[in-house]
Amino acid sequence: MTTIWASAKANSRTKTYADYAKPLWQRYILNTEAAVILGLLVVALVASVMVRNFASDITLYYLLRDVTAILLMALPMTLIILTGDIDLSVASILALSSVTFGILVQNGWPVPAAIVGTLLVGLVCGAINGFLVTVVGLPSLAVTIGTMAAFRGIAQGILGTKAVTSFPVEWTNLTSIKIPGTGIPVLTILVVVLILVFAVLMHFTAFGRGVYAIGLSTEAAAFSGINVERTKMILFLLSGVMASLAGIYLTLKTNTARAENGTGLELTVIAAVLLGGVSIFGGRGSMHGVIAGVLLIGTIESALRLANVTSDVSRIIVGTLLVVSVVSPSFLGWLRGKPKRPTSPGIETQAILTKS
Amino acid sequence: MLFHTTGRRVGAATALALSLALVATGCASSSSPDSTDGASNSGDLTITFLPKNLGNPYFDTSSTGGKAAVEEIGGTFAEVGPAEAAPDSQVPFIQTAAQQGVSALVISANDPTAVGSALKEARDAGTKVVTFDSDTDPEFRDLFVNQADSVGIATVQVDMIAEQIGDKGEIAILSAAANATNQNAWIDLMKEDLAKNHPNIKLVETVYGDDDDQTSFDKTAALLQTHPNLKGIISPTTVGIAAAARYLSTSDKKGEVAVTGLGTPNQMREYVEDGTVTAFALWNPEDLGYLSAFAAAALVDGTITGKEGDTFKAGKLGEFTVGADNTVLLGDPFEFNKDNIGDFDF
Repeated sequence: MTTIWASAKANSRTKTYADYAKPLWQRYILNTEAAVILGLLVVALVASVMVRNFASDITLYYLLRDVTAILLMALPMTLIILTGDIDLSVASILALSSVTFGILVQNGWPVPAAIVGTLLVGLVCGAINGFLVTVVGLPSLAVTIGTMAAFRGIAQGILGTKAVTSFPVEWTNLTSIKIPGTGIPVLTILVVVLILVFAVLMHFTAFGRGVYAIGLSTEAAAFSGINVERTKMILFLLSGVMASLAGIYLTLKTNTARAENGTGLELTVIAAVLLGGVSIFGGRGSMHGVIAGVLLIGTIESALRLANVTSDVSRIIVGTLLVVSVVSPSFLGWLRGKPKRPTSPGIETQAILTKS
Repeated sequence: MLFHTTGRRVGAATALALSLALVATGCASSSSPDSTDGASNSGDLTITFLPKNLGNPYFDTSSTGGKAAVEEIGGTFAEVGPAEAAPDSQVPFIQTAAQQGVSALVISANDPTAVGSALKEARDAGTKVVTFDSDTDPEFRDLFVNQADSVGIATVQVDMIAEQIGDKGEIAILSAAANATNQNAWIDLMKEDLAKNHPNIKLVETVYGDDDDQTSFDKTAALLQTHPNLKGIISPTTVGIAAAARYLSTSDKKGEVAVTGLGTPNQMREYVEDGTVTAFALWNPEDLGYLSAFAAAALVDGTITGKEGDTFKAGKLGEFTVGADNTVLLGDPFEFNKDNIGDFDF
């Protein structure tokens, strides 16, 4: 990608890229991420004024606790979707991890050892996905639909309809204690650290640029020396481990290890990532958009619940928002006065040139 | 030139966004008054029902009873709930109820422990917690309203079959899974009751349909073949009774062999109407919701604390006493027959 970039730039000093011809403020304001962040602020503001009990520490506390598992899975999911792939098995890895964690603790493992053991299970799940996608060369959609069923099936096979509910109190309490004087759960610090790690990985490393390049054009990326298989394998491994971590968190938060834990959560995660402005076709998106997307869904649901609006209505609203966010890149493209935005992977690398 | 076009488009988009925002906030303001009013006006009684999931006819019926009771008491009723019955899907709704400061939360728990810490937080915040239909671990709630006890369930089924076959002849039981704890407890109690009070009724076989429609259907067919003198079948499971009734309704034994047990009106309606089934039993979810709301109100106003021996009045249902383990029993199961089945939709 960088090579194409440099040569295109060298070729014509008189030509510029349409995207970069805009004043800086427009480039920062007129994008999906900014719209999502604005949406988040507007929703929070409107809810604070109109919904009783919304503007309080406790709202923030519950919101952060509720989105933690989703955020943990959304971080690697962002990178995977950036490459043009998808991982539908995350919620099932979460369930399998929850069950593994429960069984290990029940059999007398100390919690730290059980956490390590569980993360290894997540790693193995990720490796299976990665192997099937990169070595066997199957499409990730098909692979992870399969493993989505398989991993949850294994979880149900191990624990059946039973549940493990005997976790040490000091560990379950860990999910509920707050930073003194604030409404922020202590574990949010860990989440923020992980967000920073992923943001740096995504935006400030060669690996991260490789991820974008693969999403824009796998062939071009491969020809520019990016190891596509290795990159994808690492992403699925990360996804497995993070889903596993989310599983441990959810298990401790609810003090319940069950094969049904996190049912349907993969769609919430993917919805949040797409809402945050990551293109489902790959190659476009940013971490701050995804974080805002996760928080936006959480805030809308929290505000609607407080207003006693039924869950069906909040689903309709979140669904509509998702459609809007997927459509909005084309809309924003039109807004910038550009020709119809290309939507298939690979086309974006072709420089769109206009007269300055 | 380019900038000019962009500017106009930005203007158009801003206008669109603003109008959308206005519409959205308009919606919010029109929906909030009835729902949030009174939620935090201290002194007002607010009772929130939290079923396992929304769109479930059984819980629609229990909430109807709950709403009637809350209106009778003069409080504010609300029903909230998740779309699916996942183990922890009720947690955000419990948190919200605590945040709203509702007086009492009436919940049918999807999981006995997964909702525990959220319920504990709600109780710490001053919300009374009543479970109904499906209990949590006892430490997480103030009171459990039990729909029916084992003895009552066993007795009503034996009484129904005795009445329907003239208190003598061969009967069989079509149960769920062979190791289902509650089923086996009921069957043991039924055997005791039969031996003690109905010496002329002979239980010839107990078969297991595994709560699977097809298996239960086949087992019914087999029962009728192996026991030509069979007079009645008791199926203490909603899947079993419906399958047995479906088999009988098209067989030549229709009207000769009685079927009864535990069923829901919607599943059994056509068989009651075509005469295959005379009567069957279940608790009445509407009464269950009604009683739960009164129990919640009694906890809030301090009439009861939830300990054994406390008594409170529950409107048209009369007076109730709290039993062991902070439990209130709704009473004997409710009998559905041709005359009353039209009143129920669950």
